[in-house]
Amino acid sequence: MSSGPAAPLDALGRGERLPLARLLTRIENGDPSVRPLLPSLFAAGRGGHVVGITGPPGSGKSTLVNELIGEWRRRGRRVGILAVDPSSPYTRGAILGDRIRMMEHAADRDVFMRSMASRGELGGIAATTWIAAAALDAAGYDPILVETVGAGQSEVEVARLAETTVVVEVPEMGDEVQAIKAGLLEVADIIAVNKGDRPGADRAARQLRAMLSTAGGRVERKPPPVLVTSATTGDGVAGLADAIDAHRAVARSPVAARERAESQVRRALADLAAERAAAASAWDETVRAVAERELDPITAAERLIDGNS
Amino acid sequence: MNDERREDRSRPIRVIIAKPGLDGHDRGAKVLARGLRDEGFEVIYTGLRQTPEMIADAAEQEDVDIVGLSILSGAHMALLPRTVQLIRERGMDDVLVAAGGIIPDADVVKLKEAGVAEIFGPGTSIGQIARYFRENARRPS
Repeated sequence: MSSGPAAPLDALGRGERLPLARLLTRIENGDPSVRPLLPSLFAAGRGGHVVGITGPPGSGKSTLVNELIGEWRRRGRRVGILAVDPSSPYTRGAILGDRIRMMEHAADRDVFMRSMASRGELGGIAATTWIAAAALDAAGYDPILVETVGAGQSEVEVARLAETTVVVEVPEMGDEVQAIKAGLLEVADIIAVNKGDRPGADRAARQLRAMLSTAGGRVERKPPPVLVTSATTGDGVAGLADAIDAHRAVARSPVAARERAESQVRRALADLAAERAAAASAWDETVRAVAERELDPITAAERLIDGNS
Repeated sequence: MNDERREDRSRPIRVIIAKPGLDGHDRGAKVLARGLRDEGFEVIYTGLRQTPEMIADAAEQEDVDIVGLSILSGAHMALLPRTVQLIRERGMDDVLVAAGGIIPDADVVKLKEAGVAEIFGPGTSIGQIARYFRENARRPS
């Protein structure tokens, strides 16, 4: 760790695990030593397929991820997993429990699984998850699965990071109107109706297909495939892995790649602007002025940016 | 405002709570996990029936500061020294290993010699454990 800034990257290339784990810790902590590494970290990427797995709490995301790991291992792939669980807004503590479902792969040298706490982010992943995914890519994992916190309707941040987003639903997801609401289902590239061994799974899948084919997902995209899976029996898991693999090419079309890049740059820009503004000398005074209603928040933001660009 | 931002950046201590061996009682481990969460720790809970290899591999990938082993089965002399050994073999020299459960005093001495830093018996409060962890976890890198 003390042998030059690029040392951890060399170790990643050799498939060493502890240096990767320690780099992930520095990434998560927003350690200042990470910033100068970023260009070489991204340049060292090996084109691993970044796959987001999201859906409501208890829909079986972790169990399904566990089955997908097994499926891809049988196909000879090295699988990286980032599993995010929520941090307490009060104590900042967290229970990271996604490993419980995945321990059978713990000792497999070709599976690397890391739990992350959301650390104050509300979009379903942590602010640093995308950099962690880049580190797993540089370490040669492919695919890289990003499992979000249990998501409701609007935790769509994972779609910014993932090339392919899988939304996991359950047969009891609700009526047809749920399928046409904006939000989570809209960012789905693939929908898995999990717990497919329960009654109503096929009907839920049919309803989803019918509603999505008329209401559409994102504009001018063809509706996402809706698959029925059972993480407990393994039924449908191979088909889901096939669908994810097949989507890789779609996700890498110039149009899709550009759209994702734009979204990533916008987010980075917003974060950077906020960070710089908050470090500015005018910060305290400007915030005070908003608090005392002398200034509106948008004018305040303009002044902070104009004063510091 | 700035205080809040600074606080966001300070790093929570990461702990893995694991149950080595075959005993099926994890109420205590879960209560501890929840209590440590409330104390501001990030707690990775692995569930039941873990081998020392699985625990060491998980600790490595998670880059935890502390490994907490909960054991009630009586197999602690077989499992705990082996777990410590595997953790050290993976290069995690600075990771604190502690245990909790029903462990006879005579074994406590031997386990400490084997590298288990502390052993918490019945009646230990979560506050005591949290304090011990805060005082003895490796310093932020």
